[in-house]
Amino acid sequence: MEQKTKINAEEGKQDLVITREFDLPLELLFKAYAESELVEQWMGTKVLKLESKKHGSYQFETSHEGNVVFRANGTIHEFIPNKKITRTFEMENAPFPVQLEFLEFETITDDKSKLNIHIVYRTVADRDEVLKLPFAFGINMAHNQLQEILNKLK
Amino acid sequence: METRRDIFQAIADPTRRAIISLLVLQAMTPNAVAEQFHSTRQTVSKHIQVLQECGLVTSEQKGREIFYQIHPKKLKEVDKWLEPFRKMWEDRFDKLETTMKKYKSK
Repeated sequence: MEQKTKINAEEGKQDLVITREFDLPLELLFKAYAESELVEQWMGTKVLKLESKKHGSYQFETSHEGNVVFRANGTIHEFIPNKKITRTFEMENAPFPVQLEFLEFETITDDKSKLNIHIVYRTVADRDEVLKLPFAFGINMAHNQLQEILNKLK
Repeated sequence: METRRDIFQAIADPTRRAIISLLVLQAMTPNAVAEQFHSTRQTVSKHIQVLQECGLVTSEQKGREIFYQIHPKKLKEVDKWLEPFRKMWEDRFDKLETTMKKYKSK
């Protein structure tokens, strides 16, 4: 199966590019990023604030069993409907510095569109650490599953 | 053995990641690996086969037993850890697409 989402992260660089084509008209794709209720639905997070405009800011919060497990915020530098969002993104209570994101939205056909996200990190090491997060999480999950199995055998 | 699979395929699957994390600690026989999982021996051995095809795992005959071990050089190739990161975005974007298709049809 062809991979719809492509990541381009060149060795030794402090940025990366994420590209994805959607079976959605451009307006709908853009809306998914601009409206809080929609962001909440697909990101699976609570949107405390989302001011979709130049000099606006946003704040997300995810809870699990009543505890806040993830918080992120950022400032919107550019907001051009159906075209571009430039913003910062910062995870709260995490050892990673703020990152800069350029989101570009393009039409392919009437019902197909493309999203290009260019993320710039403070250092090469910061980028590589962020890249490793999901892998580390996967390993932990595997370990936990394994631990559960081993506990059952005891 | 000819490498005909992408190394990232190897780490895309949670069972295979668990097998890797076991074999990193020590070389193990096929039975010893299979005992660690709920899945059938056949399933586990299929996962090991994929790992071998990627060159991540090699086997060595010691007496009557076969031992699987990690090929450390190959494991280093995973250094970029890119596939799980890509998968995370893929899942996220899939959700975006589904959400917006539902929204549209409202």
